[in-house]
Amino acid sequence: MAIVAKKYEMPTQDAKERAHNFNEVALGYSAEIAVKEAQRCLNCKNKPCVSGCPVGIDIPNFISRIKEGDFSGAYDIISESSSLPAVCGRVCPQETQCESKCTLGIKFEPVAIGRLERFVADFHNANDDEKEYVAPTGEKVAIVGSGPSGLACAGELAGKGYKVTVFEALHTEGGVLVYGIPEFRLPKSIVKKEVEGLKKRGVTFTTNVVIGKTLTVDELFGMGYKAVFIGSGAGLPNFMNIKGESLKGVYSANEFLTRSNLMKAYLQDPETPIMKGGKVAVVGGGNVAMDAARTALRLGADNVYIVYRRSMEELPARKEEVEHAEEEGIEFKLLCNPVEILGFNDPENPRNPLNGRVTGMKCIKMQLGEPDAKGRRRPVPIEGSEFEIKLDTVIMAIGTSPNPLIKSTTENLTVNAHGGIIVDENGLTSKEGVYAGGDAVTGAATVISAMGAGKTAGKAIDEYLRKNG
Amino acid sequence: MYKILSKKQLNQTVTQMEVEAPLVAQKALPGQFIILRVGDNGERIPLTVAGTDKKRGAVKIIFQVVGATTMKLNALEVGEYITDFVGPLGKPTETEGIKKVCIVGGGVGCAIAYPVAEEFHRLGAEVTSVIGFRSKDIVILEEEFRKVSDRLFVYTDDGSYGEQGNVTVPLKKMLESGEKFDTIIAIGPIVMMKFVTLTAKEYGIPVTVSMNPIMIDGTGMCGGCRLTLNRNGEKITRFACVDGPDFNGYEVDFDEAASRNNAYADFEKRAREKTCNLFKNV
Repeated sequence: MAIVAKKYEMPTQDAKERAHNFNEVALGYSAEIAVKEAQRCLNCKNKPCVSGCPVGIDIPNFISRIKEGDFSGAYDIISESSSLPAVCGRVCPQETQCESKCTLGIKFEPVAIGRLERFVADFHNANDDEKEYVAPTGEKVAIVGSGPSGLACAGELAGKGYKVTVFEALHTEGGVLVYGIPEFRLPKSIVKKEVEGLKKRGVTFTTNVVIGKTLTVDELFGMGYKAVFIGSGAGLPNFMNIKGESLKGVYSANEFLTRSNLMKAYLQDPETPIMKGGKVAVVGGGNVAMDAARTALRLGADNVYIVYRRSMEELPARKEEVEHAEEEGIEFKLLCNPVEILGFNDPENPRNPLNGRVTGMKCIKMQLGEPDAKGRRRPVPIEGSEFEIKLDTVIMAIGTSPNPLIKSTTENLTVNAHGGIIVDENGLTSKEGVYAGGDAVTGAATVISAMGAGKTAGKAIDEYLRKNG
Repeated sequence: MYKILSKKQLNQTVTQMEVEAPLVAQKALPGQFIILRVGDNGERIPLTVAGTDKKRGAVKIIFQVVGATTMKLNALEVGEYITDFVGPLGKPTETEGIKKVCIVGGGVGCAIAYPVAEEFHRLGAEVTSVIGFRSKDIVILEEEFRKVSDRLFVYTDDGSYGEQGNVTVPLKKMLESGEKFDTIIAIGPIVMMKFVTLTAKEYGIPVTVSMNPIMIDGTGMCGGCRLTLNRNGEKITRFACVDGPDFNGYEVDFDEAASRNNAYADFEKRAREKTCNLFKNV
C-alpha cells in the first residue's frame, strides 16, 4: 500500500468566521478520516512515539484499534495511561513530543497522533459511559488543585481504590484548563466531562477551599489524609517593571484570560467586566500570549498585535497556534520590546475618568546577538530605534512566579530560588507523605508535563501507602 | 452553597449578614477577607471579614449596596444561600507589640475597622477610635466601637451628628497636643487613608492602611489587585490578595490605586442600573 505522505487535514472553522466567535476552532476528524489516518501508522515494533509521550500512552496499539474500527477499545488503551485524553488531544504540543519521534516523520509528515487521540476521546464522550465503578475503600488522599496535574493524580489513585478528595480554590474545577485556556481551543464542556468521569469513579471535589489559607497541608494530615499531592499551579503574573504598567487597560494574561474564560466576560451581558475593542497589544510569544491575542480579537478588537522581542523562529508557542493566529489576522511585531506604556492625562481636569487609561506603548527595535547559555540568540536593543504604537489595551504574557500561599504555611517544605517546590524523580517533596507536580514545581510548562508529574506522583503515593499504610 | 444565618440593615445602604462557612469561621482573623459570588455567572467580589462565631460556624460580613453584585446579595434573605464563599484570604492585621493604637474608620470602612479595634482591645492595648461618616443617617457601629475603645470620636462631614469635620481633624488635634501612638490603622475610602497618612507622617507616627483594589481570584493568580509601593526611593509592585490587604501607608501610591479602582466605573454604572430595574420589575 502506498504511503500517504501528509496528515489528513483537520477540519477547522473558517478563519474569518471564527475570529468573531468563541466556538472551537478545530472541528475533529470524522470516523472515516480517523481510520484513514490510523492506516498511515507503520506500527513500528520499537514504538519510538511512546518514548515521546510524558504519560507513556501505548500509541501504536490504540491506533491499531482505530484501524479495526474498535474505537472503544482504543479509548481503553489510552485511558490506561492518560486520564484526560479529550484535553490532551487538543492542547498537547504533539509536534515536539510523540509526533516528533514518529518513524514516518523522517521522510513524510508524522502520523497525526494528537488528532487521533482527540477523535477517540470525543467518540467515547459522545457515547455514554455505562461502566459501573466500585466505590473506593482505600486510604484517604488529598489533592491540592484540580488542574491537569491534580486531575491526573486523582485518576491514578482512584484507579487503585483510594478515597481521593480534590481541593480547589476557585468556584469551578479544572484549574488552568478552565481559567486559562479559552473555549475556542478547549471547550469547557470537555473539561467538565473529564471531571464528571472522575466523580463517577468516586473522587470527591471540594471547591472554594484554598489550601494554605482555609486549611493547611499539615491540617489535612490531622483530618485523616495519609498523603497529599500539591498541584497548585503557577502563581503571580510577572510584569516587565517598566513605566506605565499600572495604567488602566494593562492586564496580565492571567487576569485577561480569567475574566474572559472563568468569569465568562466573553458572553453577552456578562457580570464581570473586561476592556475590549480598539487596539490591543499582547507582550510575549508563548501559548498564553496566543490565547490572549486570539481572545482579544474575538471580543471585538480592531487590531491585535503580538509584541515579541525575538524573531518568528524563536517564538515559543505551538506552531499550530501561531498559524491559527496569523490566519485570523493577528499581527506579529517581532524583534520589538516595550520600554514604556503611555497613558492619558488631562492636566486641566484631574477628575477626568480617562486619566490613567492606556493610550499607547513605546517600543524599541531589537536584533539577535550571540546565543545565550540555552543556545537561544539573545535579543539586543538597537539604539535610537524607539517608536510608538497607539493602543487601548496591553496584555502582559511574560510568565508567572510560583504562588507563595502553600510554601509560607507548610513547615519543612523546601522550595528553590524561584519559589518552585523541590521534588525528587517520584514527585516526593522534602516532607514525608507530601508530593507535588506541575507548574507549582516547574514554573509555567505544558498541560501534559503536569499530567505526567501527577501520574508519576500518584504511583509513588500508592507505593508509599502500601509500605506505610 | 453557603446559608445566610442572619441579616440586619445597619443603615439605608449598609447590610450586615452572617453566613454559614465553618472552615472560614475557624480561621479568619481581623484584617482578612473573603470572596463571594452570587449566581451561576456571578462576579467574584472581595469583602472583609467583620467577625466570626466559631461555635455556629458563622462569618459576619458587612457591605454597602453599591453595585450589581451587592444588590443581588442584599436581595437574599435568611435561610437562602450564597453560591460561593471562600476564605479567609490575605494576611491578618499585625498586632504584635502594639500597646497604644488609633483606629480610624471612614464610612462603611468602619465595618472592617471595628473587628480590628475589638482585637486590640481583647489583647489589652489602649484603643482610640475615630469614626467618620458623611452624615447622621449613615452612622454605623457606634455602640460597638464605644465598647472596645478607651476613647471614641464620632465625626460627620456635615456636622449632623457628633463633631463636624473629617477624621483628620481629631487626629491632628491629638498629634498636635503631643499624643503618641505605636501605630495608626486607617480603613476607609482611599482619599481618607491618603490624608490620614499625610497627617500622621508629619508627626512620624506609623500608619497601616487596608487596601481594597479590584480583585478576581484573590489567591495570587490574576495580578489585578497590584499596587505600587515606594520603598526606599524604588517603585515596587505588590499584590493586595497575598501581600496585603494591609500596607504601610507611607509607601502606598494612593493616587494610582484610586485611578485603578474606577477602571470599570462605566460598566458598573450600567450593571447597577440594569440590576436595579430587574428588582423593580419583580
